[in-house]
Amino acid sequence: MNFITRLRKFPFWSWLWFIIGALYFILPLLATFEFSLSWDPANPLKAYQRAFEDNRFWNSFMYSNVLALATIVVSIILIVPTAYWIRLRLPQARRIVEFITLMPFVVPAIILVFGLIRIYSTPFSIPFTDVVFMQPLTNFKMGTNILIVGGYVVLAMPYMYRSVDTGMRTVDIRTLTEASQSLGANWFVIITRVILPNIRAALLSGALLTFAIVVGEVTLASFLGVNAFGPYLFLLGQHRAYEPAALSFVSFLLTWLAMGLIQLVTGGQGQAAGTH
Amino acid sequence: MTHLALKNVSKHFGNFTAVRDFNLDVNKGEFVSFLGPSGCGKTTTLRMIAGFEIPSSGEITINGADITNKSPNQRNVGMVFQSYALFPNMTVAQNIGFGLQVRKEKEADVKDRVAEMLSIISLESKADSYPYQLSGGQMQRVALARALAIRPEVLLLDEPLSALDAKIRVSLRGEIRSIQQKLGITAIYVTHDQEEALSLSDRIVVMNIGEMEQIGTPFEIYNFPTTVFTANFVGTLNTTSGEVLDPLKGLVTVDGVQFESASDIKSKRKGDKVRVAIRPERFNFVSQEKKANILDCTIESINFLGSIVRIQVKIGNTKFFVDTFNNPFLDLPNIGAKDQVTCSKEAVLVLDE
Amino acid sequence: MAQTTVNPQNSAATDTNWKTWIGVVPFFLFAILFLFLPSIRLFTASFSAPDGSFTFDNIIQLFSESYIINAYKLSIQISAITALGGGILGFLLAYSVTVGGLPKPLRSVLITFSGVASNFAGVPLAFAFVATIGRQGFITQVLKEVFKLNIYDAGFNLYSFIGLSLVYMYFQFPLMVLIMAPALDGLKKEWREAAENLGANTTQYWLKVAMPVLLPSILGAMILLFGNAFGAYATAYALTGGRLGIVTIQIGAQIRGDVLYNPGLGYAMAIGMVVIMAISLAGYSWLQAKTERWLR
Repeated sequence: MNFITRLRKFPFWSWLWFIIGALYFILPLLATFEFSLSWDPANPLKAYQRAFEDNRFWNSFMYSNVLALATIVVSIILIVPTAYWIRLRLPQARRIVEFITLMPFVVPAIILVFGLIRIYSTPFSIPFTDVVFMQPLTNFKMGTNILIVGGYVVLAMPYMYRSVDTGMRTVDIRTLTEASQSLGANWFVIITRVILPNIRAALLSGALLTFAIVVGEVTLASFLGVNAFGPYLFLLGQHRAYEPAALSFVSFLLTWLAMGLIQLVTGGQGQAAGTH
Repeated sequence: MTHLALKNVSKHFGNFTAVRDFNLDVNKGEFVSFLGPSGCGKTTTLRMIAGFEIPSSGEITINGADITNKSPNQRNVGMVFQSYALFPNMTVAQNIGFGLQVRKEKEADVKDRVAEMLSIISLESKADSYPYQLSGGQMQRVALARALAIRPEVLLLDEPLSALDAKIRVSLRGEIRSIQQKLGITAIYVTHDQEEALSLSDRIVVMNIGEMEQIGTPFEIYNFPTTVFTANFVGTLNTTSGEVLDPLKGLVTVDGVQFESASDIKSKRKGDKVRVAIRPERFNFVSQEKKANILDCTIESINFLGSIVRIQVKIGNTKFFVDTFNNPFLDLPNIGAKDQVTCSKEAVLVLDE
Repeated sequence: MAQTTVNPQNSAATDTNWKTWIGVVPFFLFAILFLFLPSIRLFTASFSAPDGSFTFDNIIQLFSESYIINAYKLSIQISAITALGGGILGFLLAYSVTVGGLPKPLRSVLITFSGVASNFAGVPLAFAFVATIGRQGFITQVLKEVFKLNIYDAGFNLYSFIGLSLVYMYFQFPLMVLIMAPALDGLKKEWREAAENLGANTTQYWLKVAMPVLLPSILGAMILLFGNAFGAYATAYALTGGRLGIVTIQIGAQIRGDVLYNPGLGYAMAIGMVVIMAISLAGYSWLQAKTERWLR
């Protein structure tokens, strides 16, 4: 085929694939939206009003947001210093740490949650005695919260670690650190004034991904028996028709907002991948 | 004997003119370099010969046959890319044999030709290596062998050495030249490195903003530049503005100091503004030799550049570079000292403003 | 001229004693508490009988009970089909916006949408598909009224194998787009030009250069897609309410269920899953290393 004719040729197949993909994306959302409006023709927003009137919605949704926030904070505290230390002082630990951060792909949520329950539903006792110094984590509210946040940190680890590590690679964290040291900065100043500001785009992108993963999560939340948004939506779907559709559409918009923000802060470099 | 010819070739990208009215005849077996800064249109011209760009107007012929609109895979023109562009999934031998294989040549013939090419680039031992196992210089030799394996009419080289270290650059350019001469193949070489162009080429085409500035042998280009651009781009040059004093005697003045020039300025009139250009190495300090121009100067600064010493002097109110060969017994003047320099009138080039 | 070489790495390398490892202790501690201990506990639990004694029964049951073997089969089939289907559609989409000649802005639109869709799973996704191709779904109705085609009469069922596969595809192909777009960008323009220059036509270029270069990435991405579907639980549970017996749902039922209840067997099934996932991930990283070596 001649070069010039190829250049001028209309990319028919490309357009065809693109349109098929676009329809696959959009039709379910459109259908959900259409369905959510069809409860009462006189009041198309009825499903949204009803859904938002329910206190259990707000409670579970707020709770999920708090969980997401806690997960993000714990992830950052855990992963940023680790990734930094590995880049700076301990490059030989890179392989093992990267391997660990990939583990959640091998141990999916359904398996992780049973492992967590199995181990933390027995009381902590001093070995070979009957002295119990802590009740099982699953027996009290705070303990369950610790478990679920811990589980979410594990699920979000591949994304968080990769965002942070990529961020540190692109700004050459080692040179920045050495430059600040030579200018007389102490470690606190280096971390807070040099490192964190320079990887904030990566942090934000990791945080938003974590948010998207946690807010709608069902598996961990339902097996640990917490009143999070995912299980609430699931239960609502068992006996209602229109409100779940409305909330599904809202949660899609929220996810879209988070991803749009990642695109914005990272200039399109943000990478995202599924968790189910 | 014209082998490759470009006739009135122009290329526009929207409103931007990349190449304007380019004419060139290349003889069989000739090595021609396109020399110029980035964006001068040299690569676009090369890509038009390869068929990756189609000229907006004009004609390109090989052996008299029009190839202007032929697709790249029908041209039988070998190309070596700056980034090597070796296929990463193939061994060295498979890379070299690729062009013959897609031509459906017999397997035995392909094998023979690959072996022959490997011996030309002296990389027989790397036949089964993959590109990622080679050094940059080896990769570019493989790319050269791959382009030559198809027995191309013309070999095109697009800044093939600019990704390599200085040492390898020099040795590989010698190798490229000797292979080209041995095979007697017509070659077009694009570069922004004047030293490369001067050392390799039979002829150099100096290009600037889409147009040919000057064409000639390396000797002509270096010693007799016809435009300020060529004079400046090739080698180091003192250029300054001056005024014609006496067109018949070839006298010009630079800020009140008089220079005698061998350039033909008879068509000019007294008072015309001109550029005066002198190569640093054409100056001598007066103690060594008497020349036409004897000029009072003050020593401004001294720089060692390895084999030469570059001294900046002030003649009148204008600063010039003066080059002398370095040697341990060199009697260097003191900075601030008064001295005299001289240069022949052939050294004083008078160019249009 | 002799040169003394000073290797700055030497001092740094000998410097890494036990103290430098302190910096990563919190991370390892966390990984042990929330990842390794639970996994190991599941492993030991899969060897214990309901009364707590050691047994191989659970492992033996894995390979003897037909409904368990069928669960694995079903999971593997769904994962393989959606990895293949999602992989192909995702590849074609990634192709169309990278080297396929579509306008540049469409690329960032597609990438953003893929980022959203690959994370849009679980309950909301199930509801969205019910509203689309459920019995009363939007598309179902349109097909019925406009094209006089009742897909449910024709044998389609959203709550079946094919239905669940369609739903999974929604997060599978965007994931493929996200992985393949950078890989397609890695195809250098010069390779195509060099191939053309040497006389190859478009088909020869794709068959001999582009595809072999991309193949490890494509296979690697499909393995990731496979694992992505294999571990999925919430979407299937929300859609079918546990009626479709894929492995994850069976595990949930064995450990927490009212009808089937044999935690030990559930743990053994979980270990079986981990083994399959580990094999796929190993394959993925092997292919990944191969690609990185090529495209250095």
